[in-house]
Amino acid sequence: MANFDVLIVGAGIVGCATALECAEAGMRVGVVERDLVGGATTAAGMGHIVVMDDSPAQLALTAYSRELWRKLQPALPRNAEYDPRGTVWIAGDDEEMQEVFAKRRILGEAGVVSEVLDAQGIAEAEPFLRKGLAGGLLVPDDGVIYPPVAASFFLGEAQRKGAVLVRGRAVVSLERGRVVLADGSSHGAEHVLLASGAEISLLPFLPIQKRKGHLLITDRYPDMVRHQLVELGYLKSAHSITDDSVAFNIQPRRTGQLLIGSSRQYGDTTREVNPAILRRMLDRAVEYMPCLREVSGIRVWTGFRAATADKLPLIGPTEKTWLHLAMGFEGLGITNAPGAARLAADHLLGRPSAIDATPYLPMRIGNPEAMHV
Amino acid sequence: MIRVFDIVVVGAGPAGLAGAVAAAGCGRTVGVLDDNPEAGGQIWRTGVRDKKDESDQPRHNAMRALEASGAELLTGHRVIDVPEPGLLQAAVEKDAPKGAELIRWRSLIVATGARERFLPFPGWTLPGVFGAGGLQALVKGGLPVQGKRILVAGTGPLLLAVAAHLKQYGGNIVCVAEQASYAQMMPFLVSLSGSPGKLLQGLRYRATLAGTPYRTGCWPVAAEGDSALRSVRLSDGKRIWTEVCDYLACGFHLVPNTELAQLLGCGLQNGAVIVDRQQRTTVQNVFCAGEPTGIAGLDAALVEGEIAGYAAASAPERTASLMERRDKESAFGARLTNAFRLRPELRSLSESHTIVCRCEDVPYGELRERSGWSDAKLQTRCGMGSCQGRICGAAVEALFGWQPGSVRPPIFPIPIADWCDGKTISNESTEP
Amino acid sequence: MSNAGVIRIRVNRVAIEVLEGTTVSAALVSAGVPCRTSVTGEPRTALCGMGICFECRATVNGVPHRRTCQMTCTEGMQVETGE
Repeated sequence: MANFDVLIVGAGIVGCATALECAEAGMRVGVVERDLVGGATTAAGMGHIVVMDDSPAQLALTAYSRELWRKLQPALPRNAEYDPRGTVWIAGDDEEMQEVFAKRRILGEAGVVSEVLDAQGIAEAEPFLRKGLAGGLLVPDDGVIYPPVAASFFLGEAQRKGAVLVRGRAVVSLERGRVVLADGSSHGAEHVLLASGAEISLLPFLPIQKRKGHLLITDRYPDMVRHQLVELGYLKSAHSITDDSVAFNIQPRRTGQLLIGSSRQYGDTTREVNPAILRRMLDRAVEYMPCLREVSGIRVWTGFRAATADKLPLIGPTEKTWLHLAMGFEGLGITNAPGAARLAADHLLGRPSAIDATPYLPMRIGNPEAMHV
Repeated sequence: MIRVFDIVVVGAGPAGLAGAVAAAGCGRTVGVLDDNPEAGGQIWRTGVRDKKDESDQPRHNAMRALEASGAELLTGHRVIDVPEPGLLQAAVEKDAPKGAELIRWRSLIVATGARERFLPFPGWTLPGVFGAGGLQALVKGGLPVQGKRILVAGTGPLLLAVAAHLKQYGGNIVCVAEQASYAQMMPFLVSLSGSPGKLLQGLRYRATLAGTPYRTGCWPVAAEGDSALRSVRLSDGKRIWTEVCDYLACGFHLVPNTELAQLLGCGLQNGAVIVDRQQRTTVQNVFCAGEPTGIAGLDAALVEGEIAGYAAASAPERTASLMERRDKESAFGARLTNAFRLRPELRSLSESHTIVCRCEDVPYGELRERSGWSDAKLQTRCGMGSCQGRICGAAVEALFGWQPGSVRPPIFPIPIADWCDGKTISNESTEP
Repeated sequence: MSNAGVIRIRVNRVAIEVLEGTTVSAALVSAGVPCRTSVTGEPRTALCGMGICFECRATVNGVPHRRTCQMTCTEGMQVETGE
């Protein structure tokens, strides 16, 4: 029965990054993980570190967090495969090209470097994209990472600074001052921080919905894709809160394998691959990159994103001041892990944050019942 | 286009062919799928240099029976998914990938055979190191071995068969190194007296190999060479010595190919598909015969295949006369497993930098620290490459006792076009 | 004695002769050409001979990642190895 300043529930990338922040600040940290470190929501995703400008608050957080990733880079192990690839947002037509100019302006105002590519520019940057694209926007400082290893690394560093990992048992209840596990054991903690990804059974009234996604990984095709490529329609897909949608998203891994996405579905909470959505997703990919037809696909898997209604995560204290959250990151859990960890630690330590933390406060959602344990 | 059959047999090896012939003989429409260019599976692979040699009577009979049966043979068909019960998706490959086909079935016989178990040791990834069955397959595929010095090592009756065949093709067999001790194999050897056919086969191999040392209690500890194999170091527990050779044919017995059965939801035990005496699996209308139900050799595959064929064709009365043979071969399989148990020394052959996962180049040192198969996959990518753990899975099970995880489609890699084209899920079929 | 004829294929632009019916992997092994290069740069060639290990992959007639142990040589076939 150890006593902790903070007990973190969930050793995904957000939980592990938060554990490290808190341990570095001298707190007594415990982390409880039911299965494998970085093995659930963290393992299912793409590992894209990307600045997103769908709202000022999202822009602020992703830009802040991306910068933290860049500072972490020298310490990351080789297996974390950090790759400063850059993103190219693809404009299929002139209307989307207008979005490119708008995006450049917005990013620029936030200090994020980007470069407009015209039709020739995008063809040179990515020769295997289809002909006839209007252009795109290159965001050179975005990157790619392999999340399970990054999570494991953060946790290892936290443990080196005294954090304790309790693995292999699920948490069954959260109470003021303690956390109870499935085997009856409990751990005392001043604060509890829930960072359990798409798993919200401990707080079933949290305003989070699962959004299912599909990913496909291919065999090795080095040099086919140079940057992470995302169609501008991705933003519409991520924004829709009711419809099933697909949007072209492809990531080259350091090994030369390609990771192809993306899909979003509400309401389907099964793990099974959904053939119809998979087909739509791949049809979309082939539209943008015709040579993918011949590319060998090795494996398909599904995962769940934790989505909130306003697309922003829940970081900070609930109405119960002992219970904090770092939840609801939708498709930006990997990107926002270091930033969210910093903000979460700021709240726990009562220290000021480098960015305005108000937009992500759980209490912004005016429903006290939502935080009812 | 969807092909429709009463009974689909996956795998055109001995078990599959026997099942197809039996089922067709009951008047059912039968389709046999195999991912190779020709039927025969592994043990009945035809050799380039002996295509006209029909002296292998059982194979000859089976091929003739298939031709006469009316069953349709679909070669170059690789089953990759089970989109819904009663439906298979197969990738078609002749000289080039040709898209996917859907095949509808009322009963299914899984006859997917077995693959070799490979254990890592220093140098095992060098060109020149092959599986035992692997080198035999290559030789049948036209690889000349005339005058090549070949060491055959590992465990199992396959070693003798391979060594004898390679010698017949002109190979110079340096020695056969069997890791099991004579004492461990003795009950199995003694029991062969009750199976004259098998005994005769064994004696024929030994006769072919007269003059070739057959060492028991002997195993490889390292393969040496720069960019290709030059020599192999062997140990018998007391001393270590070097044999110079061109090729090493090394395999540690067989493990069942159960991926399709797993995808169908069939229950497994100890890595083999659970079946009753009618070869029924735990899934309705799905049967399994031959090595996937447990490694037991050719004769077991033949009788189990036949039983599965009759049972799938709803003619169980025809299986009664086969039960005695089935039981006998099943007992043979149990003795086989016992005789060729792996010795503990084989678990500690690897050094820190010895590659265990060949697809992702994951070394033993990185795996040693992991807590299980899922943890290893996540943190090192072991088993996440093209072979999806078929090679390293058996190895890490032997080395660490890890059980491999669940199977996801596609069972084998397929071009993305196969998912996109209309030949995949039809519009009317319901989503799983 | 076999009745198989002789055909020519090109391995990395070099012409070699094989018996008709020879598998592509057998042709590569007999020519002493490793089929592929591993992730860390090791030369690799066929191991299992039956389409399971993926070590025999090569680019055949422009299509990468073909399992050569399950392909028969055809006249004029172009094989590129080392990926």
